[in-house]
Amino acid sequence: MMGPEIASGFDSPPEREEMESLALSDASASAYRSAMSSIPASISASSDGDPLLAPPPTLHFPISSSASGHGGNPATSTASSFLDPPSYADVVFSPFDSHNGHGGCGSGADNGSLLRSDSSPRSARAAKSDYIKISVSNPHKEQETANSLVPGGGTYFTYLITTRMRAGFAANGDGESEPVEFGVRRRFRDVVTLSDRLAEAYRGFFIPPRPDKSVVESQVLQKNEFVEQRRSALEKYLWRLAEHPVIGKSDEFRVFLQAKGKLPLPTTTDVASRMLDGAVRLPKQLFGEGAAAQVVPQEVVQPAKGGRDLLRIFKELKQAVTNEWGGVKPLLVEEDKEFLEKKEKMQDLEQQLSSASQQAEVLVNAQQSIGETMGEIGLAFIKLTKFETEEAVYSSQRIRAADTKNVATAAVKASRLYRELNAQTVKHLDTLHEHLGLMLAVNSAFSERTSALLTVQTLMSDLATLNTRVDKLEAASSKIFGGDRSRLHKIEELRETIRVTEDAKGCAIREYERIKENNRNELNRLDQERKDDFLSMLKGFVINQVAYSEKLANVWATVAEDTSNYVRGNS
Amino acid sequence: MIPPQEIGPPKSSSQSPRSPSGAPFLSISVTDPVKLGNGVQAYISYRVITKTNLPEFQGPEKIVIRRYSDFVWLHDKLADKYKGIFIPPLPEKSAVEKFRFSAEFIEMRRQALDIFVNRIASHPELKQSEDLKTFLEEDEEAMERIRSFETGIFKKPADLLQMFKDVQTKVTDVVLGKEKPVEETDPEYEKLKHYIFGLEDHLTETQKQAVRLVKRHRELGQSLSEFGKAIKLLGACEGDSLGKVFAELGSKSELLSIKLQKEAHNLLMNFEEPLKDYVRCVQSIKDSFSHRANAFRLHCELTETTKLKEINLEKLNLMRSDKTREAEIEYRELKAESEEATRRFETIIKRMNEEIVRFQEQKTAEMGLAFHLFAKGQAKLANDIADAWRSVLTKIEAYSLSSGHD
Repeated sequence: MMGPEIASGFDSPPEREEMESLALSDASASAYRSAMSSIPASISASSDGDPLLAPPPTLHFPISSSASGHGGNPATSTASSFLDPPSYADVVFSPFDSHNGHGGCGSGADNGSLLRSDSSPRSARAAKSDYIKISVSNPHKEQETANSLVPGGGTYFTYLITTRMRAGFAANGDGESEPVEFGVRRRFRDVVTLSDRLAEAYRGFFIPPRPDKSVVESQVLQKNEFVEQRRSALEKYLWRLAEHPVIGKSDEFRVFLQAKGKLPLPTTTDVASRMLDGAVRLPKQLFGEGAAAQVVPQEVVQPAKGGRDLLRIFKELKQAVTNEWGGVKPLLVEEDKEFLEKKEKMQDLEQQLSSASQQAEVLVNAQQSIGETMGEIGLAFIKLTKFETEEAVYSSQRIRAADTKNVATAAVKASRLYRELNAQTVKHLDTLHEHLGLMLAVNSAFSERTSALLTVQTLMSDLATLNTRVDKLEAASSKIFGGDRSRLHKIEELRETIRVTEDAKGCAIREYERIKENNRNELNRLDQERKDDFLSMLKGFVINQVAYSEKLANVWATVAEDTSNYVRGNS
Repeated sequence: MIPPQEIGPPKSSSQSPRSPSGAPFLSISVTDPVKLGNGVQAYISYRVITKTNLPEFQGPEKIVIRRYSDFVWLHDKLADKYKGIFIPPLPEKSAVEKFRFSAEFIEMRRQALDIFVNRIASHPELKQSEDLKTFLEEDEEAMERIRSFETGIFKKPADLLQMFKDVQTKVTDVVLGKEKPVEETDPEYEKLKHYIFGLEDHLTETQKQAVRLVKRHRELGQSLSEFGKAIKLLGACEGDSLGKVFAELGSKSELLSIKLQKEAHNLLMNFEEPLKDYVRCVQSIKDSFSHRANAFRLHCELTETTKLKEINLEKLNLMRSDKTREAEIEYRELKAESEEATRRFETIIKRMNEEIVRFQEQKTAEMGLAFHLFAKGQAKLANDIADAWRSVLTKIEAYSLSSGHD
């Protein structure tokens, strides 16, 4: 994922205020942020490095600028005359901007762009969602009421989640034609719960990964920064869920977005009580006491969970080891060659994505730097011009000062162009980071499949063992005339267990098949989406480069033209 | 390359002079750097080709081999003899060992030395110096002898005297309790000094940024190269048509990387170097300030001492002492020296006044050209970039159409 979390959410006013009060100190992020503002002239005023680009007083620039007081008043006033009229940038860029609606710049910008009719693949997918817009805002500090695990602490943040749904999906089912809007407050723990429930319910799907818990970061970062980072990440996450054709329509998701008050989803019981629960059950399971000993068929549709299903975990682990080292082929194997090939391809893709993602970041940084240095040069030349003009004694000095000013102006313009270019580049290349992040989801989905298979294998192995025992007992008891009461009783018990286990096996196999199907569908979906996204990314990136390079060429060509008289008389 | 403006055709190492025959010209090129010697003793030698029709020179063409210290010799001789003139500056003496023989450094030095010599050759006074002729015409052994004799501890008697006088002046000041050395109070000169010092600061800053800009170009080039490679590999995962688009993008990215490296070099030679040269010229002007200050002090000293001697002589005359004769001789000698010192000082002032006008004009022309080359280079780079990406765009659009996208 991209290093600095890219701030988002420019479209709704409350969010913008949040942005201002939670000002990111990360210079590059703020450059991106300002570059992505809706003002077409796009003056990036937040970087300390170029006071020249401080917004002139005439333009309203909502984001607080940290333009340092260079004190160059002539500089600032000359800067305003350098600005292209807003229409200039608009004319060139509005057709392209719509393509830039997607990407990791945050669902805020995405949401906004969806309101226009776009042809970018991302927005096309989003148009199929039940949801029009989801925003996360208004972080609010709350006190932990119940005993918290963290001693002496007990504060947490809640976030306001505002959702707008498409017509006809309103919960009240009144058939209203306008989209419905509602809001709830959630804390991060609720997000974890949602994520866990989705993982259980949608095994085999490529479920967008939720934001990290990142305990470390919450300590290291400034509170403001951390909260802002989390807010932005949550927004992105929720929007990705909304875009998923299956998960976006799920009840769990809807409930999360809509149900007021406490989140009505079963919480993931914390580890301690799970362990306790599991520790209590284990002896019963081992000694085969009654119900506790039975494997509940329906439970097998979930992977063995730590703590709770200790016995099952032991068995499946044993089975896994047997698969690896046993030398005996398990009774059911992953036969789908296509799947295995696909898996390898995915791994290869992940590697290349990672590498491309890294290089993209380096590229973006380099573009950023060159823009900054160009700005510094412009500034240095402005100072020189001013100096020369003040101290001029000879006309040759005045001429030189004028030439220098020309170059300075051009350099400042060029600097701005580089920054704008970069802001757009970031948006496009973010597709790489996005898809890299999705690989996590792919890996999870594949491992669900593996785990489901393992469950099946374990059960089959169990069955084999049980049947063997039955056979042995039958053989032994048939030797005793009139039957062996105790043995017969035992055989009955075992047959019962076998029946239950057969049921479980049935469940497990069905589950396995279901997951396989999910995998397949998701792979197809992802492949198509990736192709679309990549094409869009390449196109956007290239169009951007062409447009800005042309602009840069014009800026410099003018200066070259103006100074061409110095070439005459020289070789 | 930014040749100085003056008489004669533009100098160039490969072209023959373009002026019509008959018009006087003196054209010099510094070319063909060659590494000689081994290890610590290694150095670079340059070919210095002189083409001229001036009678003072041995012939229409002369080629000699010179090394950096020969140029230093020439510079120092001229600085010594032509105080008040802004002697064209030399490129920096030593560099970090690692870079001393890098192709870039050598080329930058060669260019700077070429400019150095040609500026001398086009300066109305300097071009007439004997030392220039020596430099351009003496064979290598003679040059080496001359150079090693004159540098280091071997100094001409006249120099020793001057050094002594400078020390003497300083000592006198201290002895007499004058904390502040005597200085001119000419307001115009003050303004000039203020200007030059301020200029140096601004130019140094600008030059620093120029160095950074060169570096940024290189870094961007590097990152494009790596990015291109990674994109190609990623495209290989996608396969077939889309993969081809990736490959095209990757290739262009690598191509542009090369163009960026080229532009970085161009920036270095035609933008950063002229700025550095500008700084050096300003420093040369500061040297002239020192000379002027020294000359002024000496002139003041001697004027004062002469006056005292005159008063003393009159006293002796009145007393009809037998020391009068002696005193008169001394007085006359001192007076001559004082007049000489004053004359020297006034020469420096006159020269400086002419030089400053020349300097400003020269710099306007040179910076104008530097700006032009800078802008031209940037424009070309931007156009190349646009062209490269445009060709990728065509491929993307073709793919889009064929696969039914967009």
